[in-house]
Amino acid sequence: MSADPAGLSRDEVAHLARLARLAVTDAELDVFAGQLDVILGSVARVGEVAADDIPPTSHAVPLQNVFRPDELRPGLTQQQALAGAPAAEDGRFRVPQILGEEA
Amino acid sequence: MTAPTLVEFDEVVERFDPMLGLEVHVELNTQTKMFCGCPTTFGAEPNTQVCPTCLGLPGSLPVVNRAAVESAMRIGLALNCDIAPWGRFARKNYFYPDMPKNFQTSQYDEPIAVNGHLDVVLDDGSTFRVEIERAHMEEDTGKSLHVGGATGRIHGAEYSLLDYNRAGVPLIEIVTKMIPGTRERAPEVARAYVTALRDLIKALGVSDVRMDQGSMRCDVNLSLSPRDSGVLGTRSETKNVNSLRSVERAVRYEMSRQAGVLLGGGTVVQETRHFEEQSGSTRAGRRKETSEDYRYFPEPDLVPIAPPAEWVDELRGTLPELPWQRRARLQADWSLTNEELRDLVNAGALDLIEATVAAGAPAGEARSWWVAYLTQQANSQGVPLDELPITPEQVARVIALVASGELNNKLARQVVDGVLAGEGSPDDVVAARGLAVVSDEGELIAAVDEALAAQPDVVEKIRGGKVQAAGAIVGAVMKATGGKADAKRVRELILERSAG
Repeated sequence: MSADPAGLSRDEVAHLARLARLAVTDAELDVFAGQLDVILGSVARVGEVAADDIPPTSHAVPLQNVFRPDELRPGLTQQQALAGAPAAEDGRFRVPQILGEEA
Repeated sequence: MTAPTLVEFDEVVERFDPMLGLEVHVELNTQTKMFCGCPTTFGAEPNTQVCPTCLGLPGSLPVVNRAAVESAMRIGLALNCDIAPWGRFARKNYFYPDMPKNFQTSQYDEPIAVNGHLDVVLDDGSTFRVEIERAHMEEDTGKSLHVGGATGRIHGAEYSLLDYNRAGVPLIEIVTKMIPGTRERAPEVARAYVTALRDLIKALGVSDVRMDQGSMRCDVNLSLSPRDSGVLGTRSETKNVNSLRSVERAVRYEMSRQAGVLLGGGTVVQETRHFEEQSGSTRAGRRKETSEDYRYFPEPDLVPIAPPAEWVDELRGTLPELPWQRRARLQADWSLTNEELRDLVNAGALDLIEATVAAGAPAGEARSWWVAYLTQQANSQGVPLDELPITPEQVARVIALVASGELNNKLARQVVDGVLAGEGSPDDVVAARGLAVVSDEGELIAAVDEALAAQPDVVEKIRGGKVQAAGAIVGAVMKATGGKADAKRVRELILERSAG
C-alpha cells in the first residue's frame, strides 16, 4: 500500500481490520488511522532516497535456488497434530462456522 | 433465491460472443509436498501426513521441493512457454481455515512460465490454438468437511472439520489468456482444451491428472459481450468443475444464465460460482475478493528461483514425445484418415493399439480388435476400454493364433471371451475349452465326405459348376466340427472331394 498524501482513511483502516478479522471500535479507527499514517509516512521517506535503479528489497541475503530433494521426512502423528487444537473431531480440526447464511 | 432465466443456447450464440478463460490446477505427483517432506499420497487417514511446516506452526520454515520446480518447468516447456529467469514466491493472505498458515504460498506476479500455447483438436478434426498466459507454482489447501446444515455445503453448516494432508501438496496452476472467437464452440473448445492439457501432463508423467480424485481441477471463467460489439462483459468464475463433461456443461450453462441476466436488463455480477454436478447448473458463491485484498507480498522465508539456462535446456531434453507428436506419428504409421484417428482417440484405444502392435500384431488387426469386438464388450460391461481384463499382449497373442491358422475368427472371439471371463491366458483358454481349429486333415476330410454324402443334390450342383452351392456344405462341416474348422480349408476340400 502506498503512502497517500491525503493520508490513510478511516474506511481503509476498517477494511484492513476486516480482512485481518480484527474487531476495531469507531474510536480505535480514529486512533489507528492516525498512527498508521505516521508509520506509512516514515517508511515512505525511504522512497525519497532510493533512486529509480534500486529495486525494492525483498530478501536481505543474496541467495537463490535453495532446494531440497524430493525425499520423505517423518512428520507428526495425528495425535501430535491435533494436540494443540482447541477442538477436534474424527481426526480433524474442528472450526466454527466459516461463512454465514448471507455469504 | 429465484431460479435464473436461462436462454436457449442457439439464441445466446446469435446475440452474444462468449469470452472464455480456463484455469486448471494440477497436483504434482512428487513424493513430498511443495515446501516440506510430508507424503502426498491420496486417501490417507486425516492429518497423518502433516508436519510443523505445512501446519503453519511457529518456528517452522519452508524449503522448495526441487522435483516440483522441475515438473513446473517441464509443463511450461511442453506448453511452449518461456521459463522466467528469476522469480519469487508470494504470500496470498486470507483468513479461511483451509490453510492453517492464514496464507497460501504461491507465485503471483513472477510465474515460472509465461506466454505459451496449446493446440487442441476439436471433434471435427480441426485445430484450435489456445494461448497460455502463465503456469505458476503454488500449494494445495487442506480439505474441509462441512457439518450440519441441509446439504453438507459450506452455507448453513454449523461447523467444519479440517484435514491438512493435502495442504502443501505441490500445485501448478495453468491459466489461459482470454479465448476469443469460440462462439457456439465455446463449450467444446473448453472441454477439448482440458482434455489436451490432461493428455499432455499425463505424457509428461508429472501428475496422475485424475479429475475424479481432484488431482486436476478446472475453473471456468466466462463473460458475454453483445455480438460483434467487442465490449468485454463482466465474468463469472465457476469452480468445482470436476470432469471433462462438466467443463462443457458449465460453459454452456453460464452462457445461458448470463444471457438471461443481460436480456432481462440486469448486470452480471463478478463472483465465484460453484458447479453442481447433478443439475449441471452453477450457484453463486462468495463475492470475489480483489487481489488487493489478498495483500500479496514476497515470501521472506523462500529465496528466489533463478533457473540457469543449462538447467532449462536439460529439462527440455527430458520432454517425451508429446501427444500431438505421437498422434501424427501413429496416423502416418497406420495410414489413418483424420476421422479414423479421431475415433481411436475418442475410444481411448490409441495406447492399447500401440501396445498391441508393440507386442507383434499388425496394426490393422490390432485396431480392428480394439475398436470393434473389444469396444462392444467394454460397452456391454459398462467399463472403459482400458479397464477390460485383457492385456494388449493377450490380444496380440490371439491375433497371432489366427494368423498361424490355429484359430479362426469365430474361435478367436471365444478365446477372447474366455480371457475376459478370467479363464487365463489365450493359450489357457484354447487348451481348457478345446478351441483350436481342427488341424487333423484326416478328421476334416472325413467330416467333408460325410457332409457331401448327406446332400447328394448339392454335390450335383457343384459338379454342374455352381461353386457357390458349396456354402451349404461348409456350414454343415462347421457344425459337425463345432465351429473349429478353418472355413477356407474346408471350402477347398469340398471342391476337391466333390470333383471326383
